[in-house]
Amino acid sequence: MASRVITLIKGTAVKTDRTVGCGECQTSCQSACKTSCTVGNQKCLNS
Amino acid sequence: MVRISELCSLFSDGNKNIHKFKIKGLPILLDAAGGSVHLIDDAVWDILESIEKNRTSPAIALEELEKKYPPKVIDEVMEELVSLWEQGLLFADESFVEEFLNAEENGELTVKALCLHIAHDCNMTCGYCFASQGSFGLEREIMSEEVGERTVDFLLENSGSRKNLEIDFFGGEPLINFKVVEHITAYGKKKAEEYGKTINFTLTTNCLLLDEEVCEFVNENGMQVILSLDGRKATNDRVRLLKNGGGSYDTVVERIMKFVESRNHENYYVRGTFTRKNLDFSRDVFHLFDLGLKHVSVEPVVAPPEEYGFYGEDIPLLEEEYENLAEGLVKRMLAGQDIDFYHFNIDLDDGQCLPRKIRGCGAGFEYFAVTPTGDIYPCHQFVGEKNFLMGNVFEGIKERYMMELFRSAHIFSKSRCRECWARFLCSGGCHASAYQFNGNLFEPFETACILQKKRIECGIYFQLYKKFGHKISEIMNSRDSLGEKD
Ligand code: SF4
Repeated sequence: MASRVITLIKGTAVKTDRTVGCGECQTSCQSACKTSCTVGNQKCLNS
Repeated sequence: MVRISELCSLFSDGNKNIHKFKIKGLPILLDAAGGSVHLIDDAVWDILESIEKNRTSPAIALEELEKKYPPKVIDEVMEELVSLWEQGLLFADESFVEEFLNAEENGELTVKALCLHIAHDCNMTCGYCFASQGSFGLEREIMSEEVGERTVDFLLENSGSRKNLEIDFFGGEPLINFKVVEHITAYGKKKAEEYGKTINFTLTTNCLLLDEEVCEFVNENGMQVILSLDGRKATNDRVRLLKNGGGSYDTVVERIMKFVESRNHENYYVRGTFTRKNLDFSRDVFHLFDLGLKHVSVEPVVAPPEEYGFYGEDIPLLEEEYENLAEGLVKRMLAGQDIDFYHFNIDLDDGQCLPRKIRGCGAGFEYFAVTPTGDIYPCHQFVGEKNFLMGNVFEGIKERYMMELFRSAHIFSKSRCRECWARFLCSGGCHASAYQFNGNLFEPFETACILQKKRIECGIYFQLYKKFGHKISEIMNSRDSLGEKD
């Protein structure tokens, strides 16, 4: 039987080793959003 | 066998821990805290729907479901959902956040990024400008070399142990004060070296003065450049006007194309704004990609509805437009075009650190705006709001309590965010719009929330296609054919 739920991304969203921020990633407003904050795309420089 | 009451108990915190949604028919299930993403079928969709609605009365949920599905299907779905929960792929735990927040309270506050208002003046007269044609409601002024140097010193002196710092040349239009931009860049580089740090510079410009000399300068200095253009000629020229009242599209497009060529189409964003005059903004975004641009960011205007902003009745249209945009961009991407739409960029695989996820942009405690006279505000959108004047670059930040206040405005201190499925991807919304529309940093602006959530859904949809390509359609097609056999 085909699975009814297909997991495409196995969450790592908040890894335990990421609970402390190094603060080195780009600030979102310094890039292309000056009015609607989009932080989901600021690459972690430490990964 | 899994009992329905077991599943209902997973919803004891309400519906905030998982979120199911469809974009253009693709049924997606997101785990809010863990970030897992699943494709689900109709039965899973319906069963979750029923449980969400009747979570305190499992018997009613079951009764409702049994009218629609045979017991075998209901059991299968429940087994699968519970097994995902056991593996931490649904209803993931977020209790560690509290520990982090307690530990952080006394953490050091340091400056990381500054938005420099190089000129409170502009060579254009755009109708919707939140900076009041560059002046921010203040005197028309330009930044001097002295203030610029002092700003660099302020950044370096207050940056603690951070190595990567940022300065954005902003305005008004920064290029009307280009000499000072050059001066600050040279000074900043030299000083940063002395401190063993790096300052990354960005420039936000309306492109009118983006001539060869400027191109050469920004390319040599590796600056990221944000180029303003709203989309189709009619859209752009309705609002983005030259001083003589004429449209800016032709001049600006010519300059942008030359410029992106000169840097091999890298390290830039073409940034546009949409208003209630172009509710069909997806066409503007498509237009920008059709010009051959690769990196595009287009966002809703910040303005009251009687000007360019949105009425409640516009919001469903905008949500639909985001879906049209996502679908159109996926089509282009699958056909081989390079597509980078800023607001659909969500890193699904490799999440960011917790501090970043819970409080977003950093305005007011690590990111600040500096006016031409050196005054410091929490961000460019607060400039001119006297209550938010935090100090100046000569004397430093006097209102330290304000830094604490901004740092404390995160997704767990805002009651609406705490209950929101999008919390870890949104990070709590824009402080300036919360203040502007609700007079309270802790109460996000609802219209922005609705659009933000739609952007996140569309972003996930786009990223799934980016990662899995045609496989997504194959899965959906095979499901359709299975469904027919049933
Ligand atoms: S700002 Fe709005 S969309 Fe974002 S997490 Fe808070 S309530 Fe949700």
